[in-house]
Amino acid sequence: MDILAQQLVNGLVLGSIYALVALGYTMVYGILELINFAHGEVTMIGAMVALTVIGALLGVFPQLPGLVVVLGGVLVAIPACMLLGFGIEKVAYRPLRHAPRLAPLITAIGMSIVLQNAAMLVWGRQYVSFPPLLPQGRYVILGAQITDLQIFIVLLSFTIMGGLWLLVERSRLGRAMRATAQSREVAQLMGVNVDRIVSLTFIVGSGLAAVAGVMVSAYYGLAHYYMGFMLGLKAFSAAVLGGIGNIVGAMLGGLLLGIIEALGAGYIGDLTGGFLGSHYQDVFAFFVLITVLVFRPSGLLGERVANRA
Amino acid sequence: MRRLPGLDFLHARPGLAFALLAALLIALPFLVGSGLGNSWVRVLDFVLLYMLMAIGLNIVVGYAGLLDLGYIAFYALGAYVYAWLASPHFGLHLPFWVILPLGATFAGLFGVLLGTPVLRLRGDYLAIVTLGFGEIIRIFMNNLNAPFNLTNGPQGINLIDPVRIAGLSFAEPPRFLGLDLPPTYLYYYLFLAFTLLAIGVAMRLQDSRVGRAWAALREDEVAAAAMGINLRNTKLLAFAMGAVFGGVAGGLFAAFQGFISPESFSLWESILVLCMIVLGGMGNVAGALLGAALLTILPEALRYLGDLQRTVLGQVVVEPTDLRMLLFGVALVSMMLFRPTGLLSSRQHRREWAAEDGVAEQERASLYDSRA
Repeated sequence: MDILAQQLVNGLVLGSIYALVALGYTMVYGILELINFAHGEVTMIGAMVALTVIGALLGVFPQLPGLVVVLGGVLVAIPACMLLGFGIEKVAYRPLRHAPRLAPLITAIGMSIVLQNAAMLVWGRQYVSFPPLLPQGRYVILGAQITDLQIFIVLLSFTIMGGLWLLVERSRLGRAMRATAQSREVAQLMGVNVDRIVSLTFIVGSGLAAVAGVMVSAYYGLAHYYMGFMLGLKAFSAAVLGGIGNIVGAMLGGLLLGIIEALGAGYIGDLTGGFLGSHYQDVFAFFVLITVLVFRPSGLLGERVANRA
Repeated sequence: MRRLPGLDFLHARPGLAFALLAALLIALPFLVGSGLGNSWVRVLDFVLLYMLMAIGLNIVVGYAGLLDLGYIAFYALGAYVYAWLASPHFGLHLPFWVILPLGATFAGLFGVLLGTPVLRLRGDYLAIVTLGFGEIIRIFMNNLNAPFNLTNGPQGINLIDPVRIAGLSFAEPPRFLGLDLPPTYLYYYLFLAFTLLAIGVAMRLQDSRVGRAWAALREDEVAAAAMGINLRNTKLLAFAMGAVFGGVAGGLFAAFQGFISPESFSLWESILVLCMIVLGGMGNVAGALLGAALLTILPEALRYLGDLQRTVLGQVVVEPTDLRMLLFGVALVSMMLFRPTGLLSSRQHRREWAAEDGVAEQERASLYDSRA
């Protein structure tokens, strides 16, 4: 029972982070039908920028309260990532919007490699640790240990997801986004500035990624140049699980994937009689991805046909 | 084949051209070895291995248009099969000619295994799933040292037998016609033979019935199916064929290195091979060869950048090895932006990519928007 409760909590926390990243994939896919491979790297850059700012702030004002320092880091990371996302779209994807589908996909992979290696040159190969600035309270509920940070991560991501849902479903910008996702041509005829909407989609998604990046690095206590890759893949799997192109689907898929992964890692040893251990955690996302694509390619909440990717 | 300027006299005499090329290929390791040193002959061996892989991946990506990001998995499988059957790990020491086909078959089977669930997917989904497959294989190889030691985990498998053909062990080179033949030279000729064979097979495949079926499904799956092409079998064949090439290259790699570990089979190797065919020109054997040569030699040449920095700036500011992947990424992006068909492109591909604003675009739009 303890293990179950504990793994559910862990899964929920991880899952809410995956959901934030998955939203970036799903929004871009919904509008451009493009897998933005570089999105995981944007998350990584967000974490790295935030950590750099946090380090600098601590160096200059050691007296500042921890929360303010972290907030400062996040507030720099978000616009930095937004700018990055905007730039990526402008440089790597926009010129290829009418090229065969293989072309933007390959530039996306290229972009991801560029960002990863640029980050390695800037921040080095070693792990950057997240200073212990946030409240460290621990509670035991139903046999599961819960930390302040975990509660904070879950609450913040749910708030952000709620805000995003409102933005997409209730605002003028959201309506333009949905129209563009349905049909770029018709949206354009209705007076929607499609290029602007695409840029804004990348900007919003990258902002979410920045927050998620800081969350991940705070949760694990470290960040490094390679962290975005796996995170991106898992978040993409989450987006597919929920139904790619579907905002609520991405949230649901993220949470589900986090829980599947946590439970899988917790129980795989028992299930296979010790043959496979928890170091296979990273495999679950791929199995989920492959299973979903084979049996229900449209995902849990998606309605669209799969065979057009 | 386009005509090379200045070499017109060779086009008139194909026999002479062939003889010159053969002489060059035979003499190459000696030229390189005496000019640049034995380490460059090793680079030459790797060029040939990567050529083999690039030709294989080119079948999947270039011919059939299926973006495979987990290609290195087949290379890894071929290498591990070789290591299992010819090393003290299991105490087996089977001969080269037995293991290589086994490894190729094994890799091919995995190609079909991977191909079956992803048949219905196209483009980007396929890319992600194959990428996931490559990672799964690597994670398993990293961890399958317990409870049963299959792969020896991250340490990898050591002391793999060198190639031994007709009693000639490549590890103890003979003196031949008064010439010393170091192992790297012998492997060069072995790999050269395999590469030439692969070139022949790939070129014949391209113009065969299957090759035309691949081109058809690459350009338009619906139309291809309407023409009576069995999409499932055709795609599976592309996967299996590509995998076989990868498996053979993997086996050769294991024998050549004498040591393999999961580290050699990371995602970046898959992407490197993809870069090769994108750079060289998709769907074109000559392009794949050029890309493989460029991207294998370039990083080696980059090492001199470190020396250059030391002499000019007094210290190494940027490690050249750190620059390698960055440059590859930049190359991928800029190739797609400025010369999407690659350095040497096939005419068919150029036509396909050029026909964008007209009919092809409309067709695609109507095809993809039919859901609405």
